[in-house]
Amino acid sequence: MVALSLNASLLLACMLFCIGLAGVLIRRNLLFMLMSLDIMLNAAALLFVAAGAHWHDSGGQVMFLMILALAAAETAVGLAIILALHARGRPSLDADTGNLLRG
Amino acid sequence: MPYLLPLLVFFPLASAIFLFVTAGRLSARTVGWVATGAIGLSALCSITLACFFLFSAVPAPIHIILWEWMHTQAFSADIAFTLDPVSLVMILVVTIVGFLIHLYAIRYMEEEPGIARFFGSMTLFVASMLVLVLASDLFCLFIGWEGVGICSYLLIGFWYENPVNTAAARKAFYMTRIGDTAMLCGLLLLATTTGSLHIETLLATLHAGQIGPDVLTAATLFLLIGALAKSAQIPFQTWLPDAMAGPTPTSALIHAATMVTAGIYLIARLHELFTAAPLVMMLTSIIGALTLMMAACTALVQTDLKRILAWSTISQLGYMFLALGTGVWQAALFHLMTHAFFKALLFLTAGALIARLHHEQDIFRMGGLYRTMPGLTVAFLAGASALAGLPLVTSGFYSKEMILSSIWSAHFPLLPGSFPLAHILWGIALTGAFLTSLYIFRCIFIVFFNTHKTESTGSTPRLMAIPLACLSFLSLFGGVIEMPDTLAPIHLFTHFLSAPLPHAEEPVWLLLAGASAPIAGVVIAWVLWGRATPVMQEIPGQATIIRVAKEGWGVDALYAFLFVQPFRFLVWLTRHDVLDYLITGIGRMVRAISSFLEHTRTRFLTLSSGRTTLLLQSGDTLLARVQNGRVRWYAAWIVAGLCAALASGVVP
Amino acid sequence: MNTLALFSGAVTLLGAIMVITRQVAVHAVLYLVVTLLGLATVFALLGAPFAAALEVIIYAGAIMVLFVFVIMMLNLGQSDREREKEWLRPRIWLGPALLSILLCAELIYSVSSSPQQEGPLAPLSARDVGLSLFGPYVLMVELVSFLLLAGLITAFHIGRHRTEGR
Repeated sequence: MVALSLNASLLLACMLFCIGLAGVLIRRNLLFMLMSLDIMLNAAALLFVAAGAHWHDSGGQVMFLMILALAAAETAVGLAIILALHARGRPSLDADTGNLLRG
Repeated sequence: MPYLLPLLVFFPLASAIFLFVTAGRLSARTVGWVATGAIGLSALCSITLACFFLFSAVPAPIHIILWEWMHTQAFSADIAFTLDPVSLVMILVVTIVGFLIHLYAIRYMEEEPGIARFFGSMTLFVASMLVLVLASDLFCLFIGWEGVGICSYLLIGFWYENPVNTAAARKAFYMTRIGDTAMLCGLLLLATTTGSLHIETLLATLHAGQIGPDVLTAATLFLLIGALAKSAQIPFQTWLPDAMAGPTPTSALIHAATMVTAGIYLIARLHELFTAAPLVMMLTSIIGALTLMMAACTALVQTDLKRILAWSTISQLGYMFLALGTGVWQAALFHLMTHAFFKALLFLTAGALIARLHHEQDIFRMGGLYRTMPGLTVAFLAGASALAGLPLVTSGFYSKEMILSSIWSAHFPLLPGSFPLAHILWGIALTGAFLTSLYIFRCIFIVFFNTHKTESTGSTPRLMAIPLACLSFLSLFGGVIEMPDTLAPIHLFTHFLSAPLPHAEEPVWLLLAGASAPIAGVVIAWVLWGRATPVMQEIPGQATIIRVAKEGWGVDALYAFLFVQPFRFLVWLTRHDVLDYLITGIGRMVRAISSFLEHTRTRFLTLSSGRTTLLLQSGDTLLARVQNGRVRWYAAWIVAGLCAALASGVVP
Repeated sequence: MNTLALFSGAVTLLGAIMVITRQVAVHAVLYLVVTLLGLATVFALLGAPFAAALEVIIYAGAIMVLFVFVIMMLNLGQSDREREKEWLRPRIWLGPALLSILLCAELIYSVSSSPQQEGPLAPLSARDVGLSLFGPYVLMVELVSFLLLAGLITAFHIGRHRTEGR
């Protein structure tokens, strides 16, 4: 039984997305930025699922699965980068220090 | 009777596992006898089965299903064995020749530290080969097919301390792997078309006309590529000469007698499938003819004894493919059998010879060996005359004659009737027969009958002499079970396969030509190399064509250029992360351009007045804010842009 | 709009706000788990039980465990907490927060006029999802597998430099 209207879930998705976005903008620590990115991805997933439920199309949940895989890949790579940075003598994980275009 | 089939495979497999587990704890003799005993039991089983088959009134094929591997709606596969006359011939060859070679290897490998590894791999190989031969399901056959490939890899690289040997092992593995992939493609194609890879079901589907001609041609072509790679035919011939890096019993068993004939066996097994694809048949025979000619020419200029034998193996396999392509798979199978006898004999004799000459393999450093080792001389002579096909007294004559006479009357439906492809192929095969006898007797005259050159030590142990004697007997008299009609109407072999050849009226001169070519080869070899003052003491090796031929016509270099170099280039690209260089390069370029711009701008500013300077400076700072390299600021700018875009969309 | 829906939505939003304001990374991860569990409830209420289950199992289960492991390996302490506190002063977060609120307002304004027709629809079961996943969307499954492979190789590649001590 669908207990949430499309409007309400859209509202929720928008707010969640903006909270995640604020997290990305505010935090300087890469770890927190990654978590905020995950929140944003979840907001997008919520949008897909809600739209799929509204039009009764399973494509929405298929897209949710794709986002899940995307998030998994993104998290794995991001965390690997964080570990590499931490090991290379930048333990503060400051996003603002990586502004020189050098590997 | 059916329970003998799994036993046949079980003995070698159990002994392989036993030897691998107890490696290093048993004495060399025990290891050798365990392995030889296991193969001997297998040979006994196969002889029992053969007797059963021969003396039963109505010999029906034996089927046994060991395990239902997978059963779905659209596809099913079993681990199942079938024994019919074709596979019976093969298991007899594999187990009996395998047994003799194992017996020989007990003494030959006695002083090797890795003897358990050697015998483990050898028995594992025999087990895989038996699975390959007995399988009634092509998937099961593929298991054996891969198994023999792995064992071949292990045994070529047996002396793995030397990087040359491991390189040869890798080469063999890669080359056959290409064919395996093609073969798997063919199998999957057949599986998706028919829903089963049981050979009987497959053939039933074929006879019901449910396989389209295009699918059939594609599938048989893929299977042919697999067979070509396994049997070292053009264009895959390069791995076999290098495979001689392994111990000599390995060369005898795997790379002469059994494994390389797996391709022949596969096509003979599926001959009905191939007959329905005339294009592939024609291709098979042409490739076979080319290979036998090319390999015979190459063998003629080699100086390494084992390499001569390797190239002659390729050449003889070419004969078999030629026979398969012209539709006389019985002849191919017959030649496979006799070839297994005399080639194993030649390799083993060569191994014994080389061991007594302190591992000297160059034939020009040998000579006059018939005085010091008469026994080996007789054995080698027996094998060589069988290989050359000297008329009447050798087995090779009968099998080669069967191929030659059937090629003459072969018919290729795809070609217009006037084009004499069959006669051309017959000519090539006859020339090949002449060359075969020329190169092998060149080898004999140089090695055994020239002036004495090297010191030899010891004598051949009895344990090694017995297999040689048995194989000599088989090489000489193994062929009398099938004779041309002109000589005597004996057709035991084809009768046993219950597939007699069509009795075409063949002219007598055909037989005479087939018989005189080897004799001509012997005579010319004697003229060139055999007399007291030989015409050619040594091949004038400086001629370019001979140097090229010696290296296998430069195919190795060609493949290195065509496949290895591009691949290495790709690897180099990946290793050096070109994309990374590109990005870094763009970054450097931008930096250089910006510094250049800054330079020009300062010069420009010094020229202009104060107000303009202020304006430009504020513009500068704004731009610098935008382009500061901080990811959060970029995100903020994206958000600001999004806000602006949304606002412009929402507010009308 | 029943109470459970309101409650789970509120939990999701509150959890998300807590995530972005924490100074200790572990706390943030735990709040993120809470957010994801709330979101899973929302999915279930939307008639997507399969998505809800996956959200709990894969997101809250597997991906969050990755975060926890990495935080363990980073060996964070009091000094990191102080630094986070330093980085979270009002004059830093005020601007971005305003920007986000502006965007949020605009988004809400623009989506408020979405269609309203609601029918009593049955939930989409895992069976429906599976059928369309391996029917019309099968190419996407392949693409996702490539993506995951690429992620795997990238993570491995980045991690490799570390062991070489570069």
